[in-house]
Amino acid sequence: MHPLRKQRLQLVILLVAAAALVIGLVVYMLRENGNFFYTPVQIVSGEAPQSTFLRAGGMVVDGSVVRSDDSLWVQFKITDGVEMLTVEHTGILPDLFAEGEAAIASGKVDENLVLQATQILAKHDEKYTPPEVADAMNAAYKAKQEDKKEQGGSYK
Amino acid sequence: MIAEYGHIALIVALCLSVAQAIVPMAGSFAGYRTWMRLGHSLALGQLVFVAISFACLTAAFVQDDFSLQYVANNSNTLLPTQFKVSAVWGAHEGSLLLWALILALWSAAVALFSGHLPLVLSSRVLSILGAISVGFGLFILLTSNPFARILPFSPTEGGDLNPLLQDFGLIVHPPMLYMGYVGFSVAFAFAVAALIGGQFDSAWARWARPWINSAWVFLTIGITLGSWWAYYELGWGGWWFWDPVENASLLPWLVGTALVHSISVTEKRGAFRSWTLLLAILAFSLSLLGTFLVRSGVLTSVHAFANDPERGIFILAFLGLVVGSSLLLFALRGPVVQRQQGDIEVVSYSGLSREMMLLLNNVLLVSAMAMILIGTLYPLIADVLDLGKISVGPPYFNFFFVPMTLGLMVAMGFAVFSRWKKTDAQMLRQKGMVPFLISLSAALILPLFLAESMSWATYSITAVITLGASFWVVTMSLEDLWQKLDRGSSAVSSRLKNLTKLPGSYWGMQVAHIGIAVCALGVGLSSVYDVQKDVRMVPGDRVVVAGYEFTFDSLNFVQGPNFGASRGQISAYKNDRLVAVLYPEKRKYEARNQVMTEAALDAGLTRDLYVSLGEPLKGDAWAIRLHVKPFVRCIWLGGLMIGLGGLLSVMDKRYRRRRKPRTLSTAQSGATAVEASAQ
Repeated sequence: MHPLRKQRLQLVILLVAAAALVIGLVVYMLRENGNFFYTPVQIVSGEAPQSTFLRAGGMVVDGSVVRSDDSLWVQFKITDGVEMLTVEHTGILPDLFAEGEAAIASGKVDENLVLQATQILAKHDEKYTPPEVADAMNAAYKAKQEDKKEQGGSYK
Repeated sequence: MIAEYGHIALIVALCLSVAQAIVPMAGSFAGYRTWMRLGHSLALGQLVFVAISFACLTAAFVQDDFSLQYVANNSNTLLPTQFKVSAVWGAHEGSLLLWALILALWSAAVALFSGHLPLVLSSRVLSILGAISVGFGLFILLTSNPFARILPFSPTEGGDLNPLLQDFGLIVHPPMLYMGYVGFSVAFAFAVAALIGGQFDSAWARWARPWINSAWVFLTIGITLGSWWAYYELGWGGWWFWDPVENASLLPWLVGTALVHSISVTEKRGAFRSWTLLLAILAFSLSLLGTFLVRSGVLTSVHAFANDPERGIFILAFLGLVVGSSLLLFALRGPVVQRQQGDIEVVSYSGLSREMMLLLNNVLLVSAMAMILIGTLYPLIADVLDLGKISVGPPYFNFFFVPMTLGLMVAMGFAVFSRWKKTDAQMLRQKGMVPFLISLSAALILPLFLAESMSWATYSITAVITLGASFWVVTMSLEDLWQKLDRGSSAVSSRLKNLTKLPGSYWGMQVAHIGIAVCALGVGLSSVYDVQKDVRMVPGDRVVVAGYEFTFDSLNFVQGPNFGASRGQISAYKNDRLVAVLYPEKRKYEARNQVMTEAALDAGLTRDLYVSLGEPLKGDAWAIRLHVKPFVRCIWLGGLMIGLGGLLSVMDKRYRRRRKPRTLSTAQSGATAVEASAQ
């Protein structure tokens, strides 16, 4: 083989190998660090995996926020309109966290199906609802409507 | 009436930009010099009308004209006047008008300062800038008109500006960032004009370089300000969240940094031609992508305020048009550009040369950009493909970005010493020896003193790596400077006399590189030695964090112009000496009924004390976050140094001199000849 061609071939092989390595790493890291979003329904029904890091979102249920007297431990429930998920967290809640408003909690689900959150996100603007939460609420709302239709109820 | 004048001025500006897009370009093909020259006056005219429009919107804010939907949503009679002015760009419609204004500013600057360029080139550049203005003008008028009225039932009071935005940060961060984003449109226009004309050589690079560098300076400072603002205003002490919108500003910056380096090779050596063009196109495309990500609301982010997906579709279409057409042009004309070689011989370079070092720089920067782009867009792609709703966390980004930055820093140390064409490896080894030993000892010894206690348990490997890399860059840069000062006489006094003789671009490189080291030092050390405690405190309580004793003295109520606040008084002591008294606030803004944390901090070069009030608990107790953040200031100090470096380079004499229009062949006499003639 011509020496120049040989040199080029080596370069190409090197580039392909490097690209393959990088793509492999990217896919692996995305899988490791991609946190899936689940709705309260999916978690309470057991569809969501336990003890992997995930995110859940919904509206904070009125009157569900319980604070500890001597620490920063807090417990509250979030709902997508169908199921309620209990969330526990130790720390400071964001400014716009409020009952009846949207919130996203990230953490791991324990064996009692309680989300042990390491971080709580609330919206940053009172008009804004995170798209995930809005979708979850809509999906749950639709599912509810269909259930009612099937039951033959005349709600409206 | 003022609003209508503003609206009409915007429509006139759009008409002018249509003419600016068509007439000079047509003239450049037909050879009509008057048509080509028209581009310059049209650009200035467009600036006048966009500025009128912007002034009208500002007037509407200052006069509390709540019959305008946009003003009613984002202002309030109680809002302090400086925030009424900055509220103009506090939300979608107005921030686009700011985009348009800044684009008009850049276009006018090109029109005014392109006298030394061949008319064909400058007219085409202005024409392409005009086409971009048309896109943004249409976008504003069709989907996001800030002058829309609420009639006949207009509100008597406005909804107020989002409290997070009622801050000095909003006054400076968006205009700076936009100057950077939009500034890359000039780089883009230069690249497309070069592709159309098929003339792309060292002279082109020398003309485009100050524009590219200035845009990059603005973007650097804009990102730095944004990070600093997030740090003190979001209230929880983070300074970078790998949030999609932050990433959106980092992507064009990384490509811009690659471009700033690659164009130096194009200017000095005539190499990397197509690559430089591609980077210029890419930098602007990523700026547009950033705008799309921020404005479409497709991603959940710190910056995702109420959004409208239809606007996203418009920007996506515009993005597709810009990227698609420019890449098509690149594919068609790129080979022509590559084949044409000006009078600078493209000399081959060996494995160890400045060209190779800059190539390595580009490969690393563009790879880092690609990794961040993938991580940022992956949630979108996964959503479209129905793979579930995913968010990619910081570990992904850190995994790729941190090693690449370290690699860049190691290479940076060698790169300042490397020579064009071929560098003697022996020489590099020799020169690198002292800096290497200094860095190694600093890296191994300093972590012992930085940690709270001198023990192996607190000895941090991250700190070793950070210190090693930062010291390496600084010592290598200083050694190079010391040798460059030796011009015939190695005496210290004569070296110091030569300080002013080194060119601005050299100082620019040095300051920017040392800025990277300072920034990296801040990032590394603040993440290693940062101590944070969330505690429950009642007035009178004391808590010790990282050697500082914080006492919660008292809590009072204070009334601001448009908010009421609970203000805590917290004193910090070190070794029983009072260091600082901090007043964190929990504000409640009346108009929106929105609560906001206003952190209090005591800033210092070696450490920040950072205190924020969480929420009231039972009785007198409050949840309080106490932070000690060593060296966190270095992050922004470094960022500003990087920007300053770029500025020094823009001010280099060889770009400032106005040259008479020349034919390409005489202008291509190379950098050395130009420098010689300048003296």
